[in-house]
Amino acid sequence: MLLSLVMITLSFRAGEDGGGLDNLQGAGATALRPFQIGIERVVRPFRDLYGWFDGLSDAEAQADQLRAENRALRQELVDSLGAAQENQQLRKLVKYKGPPSLRDYERVAAAVVSYPPSQFVQELTVAAGWADGVRVNDPVVNGDGLVGRVTKVADRTAQVSLLTDDSSPVSAVDVRTRAAGIVQRDRAGSDLLVLDYVAKSRIVHKGDDVVTAGSQRGERLGSLYPRGIVIGKVKFVSQDDVYPFKRVQVDPYVDFDSVDAVFVLLPKGTERP
Amino acid sequence: MRSADVAKAAFLVFLAALLQVTVFASFDATAGSPDVLLVTLAAVSLLRGPVVGAAGGFFGGLVADVATLGTLGVTSLVLTVVGYWLGRYGETTGRDRAHAHLLAVFVVTALYAVGAFAVHFVLGDDVSAGFTLGRALIPALILNTLAAVPIFALCRRLLVPSRAVERVREVSLLG
Repeated sequence: MLLSLVMITLSFRAGEDGGGLDNLQGAGATALRPFQIGIERVVRPFRDLYGWFDGLSDAEAQADQLRAENRALRQELVDSLGAAQENQQLRKLVKYKGPPSLRDYERVAAAVVSYPPSQFVQELTVAAGWADGVRVNDPVVNGDGLVGRVTKVADRTAQVSLLTDDSSPVSAVDVRTRAAGIVQRDRAGSDLLVLDYVAKSRIVHKGDDVVTAGSQRGERLGSLYPRGIVIGKVKFVSQDDVYPFKRVQVDPYVDFDSVDAVFVLLPKGTERP
Repeated sequence: MRSADVAKAAFLVFLAALLQVTVFASFDATAGSPDVLLVTLAAVSLLRGPVVGAAGGFFGGLVADVATLGTLGVTSLVLTVVGYWLGRYGETTGRDRAHAHLLAVFVVTALYAVGAFAVHFVLGDDVSAGFTLGRALIPALILNTLAAVPIFALCRRLLVPSRAVERVREVSLLG
């Protein structure tokens, strides 16, 4: 028990800069990585089978919904392509330099090798680390949207704090109305997020998409995330006289319980320590 | 206790810790997941006593914390206490009781949730008592008790009850 208390104290004293204990932990995590990957590979077919049966129950309803969504998106895509081309030409004309977007980042694919050991922790471990160019605070995404950010890096593994962790707030905007706020966990134990600090004068509609706001790289207190990564959909909006901002609940697109592979985003063209 | 026995117990706890963080932690049936590390530790502690239980708890917690790059010592601290308590229970009250292992796992799941909640609360993590001791605890109690049946059978096969443990004196009240 004493040893545990000493380790907790040393971990907290080391902070995010790391230290001797962090290096030891990193070496231990690297040593455990092959075992974890081995177990993951053995278990994968069973997990897929479970997922297949689990998905069967609502597959038909989901297919109908997706077909309808597909029809709507097809039209939206045509409109967006035209707007994107126009935007590109106008940017060239005025030599506009905006905040970094996903195109300014390289992607490092990594499998998830461990999940949060308890509900108190909202962190994953992924099989990419310092040797792959991953550094603390790198954004992490998957096919569905923003997953979180890197909070600790070992040689071949890295710890990712999920968006549902209370230490991972993200500046975000409503795509349709550009109402800006901070996305963070709703409350401990909840699967939802909140878009907080949205002024009451701004408009937010139920069903609107919420994406990362991003900001110019190098700015003081700039956002860690590139602009335009999808986070979720507005589920509920309200306001009252007690709280000075709108209450906006966001349903994340990423299912944080079943993330099995991610992309770590590394900025292109910057020297990294 | 023979060194082969220690190695077997260490292997079981090591495997359980890795399975827990790699597989079972992501298994989200009925809003909860089984804790195979806790159940395996319960089996090892009941079969091998408080010292092995406490050491196993520390080792298992350490493996879990290292594998997840979490705060070192947090899981170890709670599991060390759990392992010791289970070992004592196995030596005393739980001896010769047919359902001692199921009862122990049921009780220790609840105690572990309370202990882990307290440790994370003290460390300043954002924790919800309602979720931990309400919504998440009930599925955990059911799933851990169900997982106890095969895990105990496997552990009993690998760790044959030793004579040393059987010879432990009964606690008797004086006077």
